[in-house]
Amino acid sequence: MNIATFTSKKFLVPGVLVLILVMLATVPLYISPGPRTLLIDFFMYIILAVSWTMFSGPTGYISLASAAFFGIGVYTPALLYAQGAPLLPLPAVLVAAGLVSFCCALLVGAATLRLRGIFFTMFTFGLLEAVRPIIQYCELEFHGARGRYVESIGPNGVYYLMLFALVAVMVTAYLLKRSRWGLAMQGIGGNEEAAAHMGVDTTRVKVITFGLSGAFMGITGAITAINWYYVDPSSAFNLNYSFLPLLMALVGGMGQLYGPVIGALGFAYLRWVLLSTQYYMLIFGGIMILFILFLPGGLASLIERGRHRLGGVVAKLWKGGGAEQHANT
Amino acid sequence: MAATILSIIINGLLMGGIYALVAMGFSAQYGVAKVLNLAHGEFIMFAAFTSLTLYTMFSISPLLSVIIVAVGLFAIGFGLHKAIFRSLLHSSPSPAAFEGSSLLAAFGLLYVIQSTAKLIWPGLPSWTTFLAFPVNILGVQVLANKVVALVFSLTIASAFYFFVARTRTGKAIRAAAQDRATAGLMGINIDSMLALCFGLGIALAGIAGVLYSMCYGASTNMGMELTFIAIAVVVVGGLGSVPGAFVGGIILGIISQILRQYAPIFAMPTFYFIFLIMVLARPTGIMGKK
Repeated sequence: MNIATFTSKKFLVPGVLVLILVMLATVPLYISPGPRTLLIDFFMYIILAVSWTMFSGPTGYISLASAAFFGIGVYTPALLYAQGAPLLPLPAVLVAAGLVSFCCALLVGAATLRLRGIFFTMFTFGLLEAVRPIIQYCELEFHGARGRYVESIGPNGVYYLMLFALVAVMVTAYLLKRSRWGLAMQGIGGNEEAAAHMGVDTTRVKVITFGLSGAFMGITGAITAINWYYVDPSSAFNLNYSFLPLLMALVGGMGQLYGPVIGALGFAYLRWVLLSTQYYMLIFGGIMILFILFLPGGLASLIERGRHRLGGVVAKLWKGGGAEQHANT
Repeated sequence: MAATILSIIINGLLMGGIYALVAMGFSAQYGVAKVLNLAHGEFIMFAAFTSLTLYTMFSISPLLSVIIVAVGLFAIGFGLHKAIFRSLLHSSPSPAAFEGSSLLAAFGLLYVIQSTAKLIWPGLPSWTTFLAFPVNILGVQVLANKVVALVFSLTIASAFYFFVARTRTGKAIRAAAQDRATAGLMGINIDSMLALCFGLGIALAGIAGVLYSMCYGASTNMGMELTFIAIAVVVVGGLGSVPGAFVGGIILGIISQILRQYAPIFAMPTFYFIFLIMVLARPTGIMGKK
């Protein structure tokens, strides 16, 4: 019985994941445009939330710069994949977006991740306000227009690109979490000095992981730019793209890989439903405060607690049955 | 040329006075209550619009509404600390954890206030013509409201400085900032001291907001920029130092006027750059203690 449950459990989760992936990959064949747009939105927010959690979750360094890396990603195809005159093939554009965001994140990280976490947060908070005026200025001065048009590849193309990026970020996050590197990051979050004494090169680990998470945000931004088709500085560099991934990760729970995913699904859907109202950000801000106050571990901590309790009940029932038999004999 | 320099310096001083108030409020919240209040600028924006509304609808002079707004915002800040940050403080396992969770709560607050303001004042940016007649200072024409704002912020800043440096409550605040646990053992009611500081910080934000709207108008998007200015001023002047906030405010005020003259769009990137240099070279700021 032990071997049977072990193997079935071992294959259950990957099996379900493969099934979901196959379903998502075939969805454009039979779905209408409305839900497809929503799915692209879901994917985008999952990627942003998971890549934010990849760095800030285990280390505890709160980054508010997601929107800046996302915006840099948005502007890469605006320059390199402009409508009518793409300079590079699409895969190269996406790689470039990832690289540019990676390098920016690396620079920001190298400059501020040696300092206390609070300076890092202050610095990342201002990054958006610092980058946007520069882009605005360059656009008006050298391009002569507010925004730019990006070459279209059709909604199905965007869908598959986003799905591909989603799979890539999930696999990376999973492998990172299980690796020595992931343990080193958890060590940094737990007690940085102790981690350094154990031989972890804390600055290097932090900076590179921050760069990696920035790269994923950049790639997502690039795909989103192609999806948007028209790009301007104020839509690309919007504080909401720093706030929403953070909110999703926090409400979903950063302790588990699936936490940011459920948070992203929930809030992307809520946002879609409430978008026509003017007060959805008011509600989101309120939810954020409530979760910090009353459920800082997020929904994932609730689910894990429930699973433990459920697991206990199931085990008790199983053993209880056995114990009854013992008592009878 | 000399006239331009003089004009930049005088306008910079006028701007810097408000920046200093903005930063002092921020510094009171972070230096003592250890809350990195990312919503600081939103409180300024809210106060700015409140004062504009009071002026245009009930023709209450900004110089009167500054008192109403300050008292109102103090109450809100005090209440917010009691409702949110105090329980976070008690549930956080470490000071670093409290810094993290409190700044996240403040980030949520940013959106709550900004969305509320956008619902109440959905229109375009607005401003007043209160005291908008030119006066002559050393040959430079400036608007009278800016001079009044500078005098006001100087008065408030010195009052705040004397409150912290000379009164018994100020002593308790400094003790709470220095060593919370020991101050608690000495019989200081830590929770109310922190709430008082947070409330005072928000009240200073409110005063700054009223003065800002009197001189420069208001828009619902101005909050984030002001929060970042507060951060930059505090880092330049030194975290938790009242004179430092004032010096930093004046420095950044003058820099902002130089940029306004030659490249207004680069104000934020320049502040950001100064912030970076300060953080790397001297994280304690000009006036901060090691």
